[in-house]
Amino acid sequence: MDFKKYNPLENKIYQVLNENGEVVNKEDVPNFEKDQLLYLYRMMLYTRIIDDKALSYQRQGRMLTYAPNTGQEAAQIGSAYAMDKEDWLVPAFRELGAWLTRGVPLKNVYLYWYGNEWGSHMPEGVKVLPVSVPIASQLQHATGIGMANNIKGEESVVVTYVGDGGTSHGDFHEALNFAAVFNSPVVFIIQNNQYAISTSRKIQTVSDNLAQKAVAYGMPGILVDGNDIFAMYNATKEAINRARSGQGPTLIEAYTYRLGAHTTSDDPTKYRDNTEVEEWKKKDPFIRFKNYLVENEMIDEDWEEKTKAELEKEVMTTFESIENNSDTEILDMFKYHYEEITPQLKEQYDDYISFLEGGK
Amino acid sequence: MANTLNIIQAINQGLMVEMKNDSTIVVYGEDVGIEGGVFRATVDLQKEFGKERVFDTPLAESAIVGTAVGMAINGLKPVVEMQFSGFSYPAFNQIITHVARMRNRSRGQHHLPIVIRAPYGGGIRALEHHSESTEALYSQIPGLKVVIPSTPYDAKGLLIAALRDPDPVLFWEPKRIYRAFKQEIPEEAYEIPIGKAKVIKEGKDITVVTWGAMVPDVQKAITMLEKDNISIELIDLRTIAPIDRETIVESVKKTGRFLVVHEAPKTLGVGAELISIINEKAFLSLEAPPTRLTGFDTTFPLPRGEKHYIPSPERIAKTILDVVRY
Repeated sequence: MDFKKYNPLENKIYQVLNENGEVVNKEDVPNFEKDQLLYLYRMMLYTRIIDDKALSYQRQGRMLTYAPNTGQEAAQIGSAYAMDKEDWLVPAFRELGAWLTRGVPLKNVYLYWYGNEWGSHMPEGVKVLPVSVPIASQLQHATGIGMANNIKGEESVVVTYVGDGGTSHGDFHEALNFAAVFNSPVVFIIQNNQYAISTSRKIQTVSDNLAQKAVAYGMPGILVDGNDIFAMYNATKEAINRARSGQGPTLIEAYTYRLGAHTTSDDPTKYRDNTEVEEWKKKDPFIRFKNYLVENEMIDEDWEEKTKAELEKEVMTTFESIENNSDTEILDMFKYHYEEITPQLKEQYDDYISFLEGGK
Repeated sequence: MANTLNIIQAINQGLMVEMKNDSTIVVYGEDVGIEGGVFRATVDLQKEFGKERVFDTPLAESAIVGTAVGMAINGLKPVVEMQFSGFSYPAFNQIITHVARMRNRSRGQHHLPIVIRAPYGGGIRALEHHSESTEALYSQIPGLKVVIPSTPYDAKGLLIAALRDPDPVLFWEPKRIYRAFKQEIPEEAYEIPIGKAKVIKEGKDITVVTWGAMVPDVQKAITMLEKDNISIELIDLRTIAPIDRETIVESVKKTGRFLVVHEAPKTLGVGAELISIINEKAFLSLEAPPTRLTGFDTTFPLPRGEKHYIPSPERIAKTILDVVRY
């Protein structure tokens, strides 16, 4: 693909599959084998099941606050699939599909949302940073990782995510500016899901789109149909290739929609019309990818039902494996603030343990 | 060969020798490269180590610290400069939400060997925001260490310890005394342990604790009191977080009296914490109320007012007498 054909100042949007799954950009269909296509579709099913189960556990009082990803699967999985093993992923907090694609075990994801820090401790070799709650702050870490790669002469690149609301933050501006100035190998992906909790994208900025913010930093920006997994893969791959070959950072706006709530603490019916949601449901990334796969005789209903059943079982087993046995070890609260526990922390810990044991 | 340096030169030499020892150290910030820093702390580093390891950045404190988080995760040791401690506020969010927390958040997977250097304190007739003493703001944050040297020897040794520390260290430099005096110090690398206070002078009647640019002022006050026949124990705190409670408590148990002198505002300051420690650990040894002599709870004044703000040697001497004669 060629970024130059999609000038964000002309509000052009890059698409390979339209809403119905028809190929609109024939030369850009990725050259995937069948098992790759099935992997991607299976990953989309997996994330949606994880979301659905988490929401249902939350309603049953078994899960805490959870930020669902439903509707944004293609934006996340398509982009993360373009990464190599050694590349770094620097997430915000709504990147379930990207985490799983990059090798974060579901157990970690559920453990995090269940309220235990060990969820953010990744298995060896999984180069995914913990969830970053302070909006847009993580983009600077991505820039810094890339700057270190340049200094050390390493070839890995960094992919990082932020929401549409995050583009209003000073940290967004500073991270992109630093990345451009220092030619940091970073791909910045805005998941524009149209809302920052209840605040619509129009209130964040009067720019026609968010991709065009790249122009001011002197880096390419591209507006991509974020519900099109092929378009997201291609755009990210091209941006990664640029980064890896020393051409610096890229800004990608994944134009998508959060079909669910911001988190389980929020009621989206208060700030958006059902008609709007219904319109976006027609653009659900599943519909077009499934239609494409069915059309090309890659999957059928039997395959889908069987796969869903397998995944549901796995998701439930994983949640049950952490449920009711994931309380924090008290010493863990104290021992990870410094390499060596300070006398102050040791004393506070000892006093508390002594209290619990019925001492003085 | 004699190596007689002032504080700013000692900091420069500390960076110089440790960057030779450790190729993962990178130094960056505003004007630290070509210019060598507005106070010249990083002078000649770029010449010695090249633009890849010593470089100027766009003017954005949050990104200076935020990128350091990424660099540290990716195996480097960033030493970043906040041009003045009062300019560190745009980086406050990164320092508190990420620098301090990454080790705990990741349960030890990522640790951040970052040194954030900043000149702090008043007394140099500067513009607004150039005179702040911000050590208490950062010392309350779990996961940070805060270090303040008061001599060239300590500046170099503590800085090298900070550079070798696996955890983030805020290295606040007493700019009022950057060039106040010189000291003969070793040319090679040496460490002064973080978390240990220094008993500068032993005494029996009162413990006076201070740090940074106030150390020479307290020493002047002690000289003024020579004829009064008071035995004063002077302690330089050196590390503000974590505080060396043991040295302070042992001293107060011996002297029975306590005065803390600091430049930062009084309310909820480091002095308040020290007095709480003494109340908890040395209450029965006290002969007089533990006392604070500090900057006022006011905004640091512009130059025409600053001589009133910073406790003078005369006020320190009087307060020592008040506590001893209580």
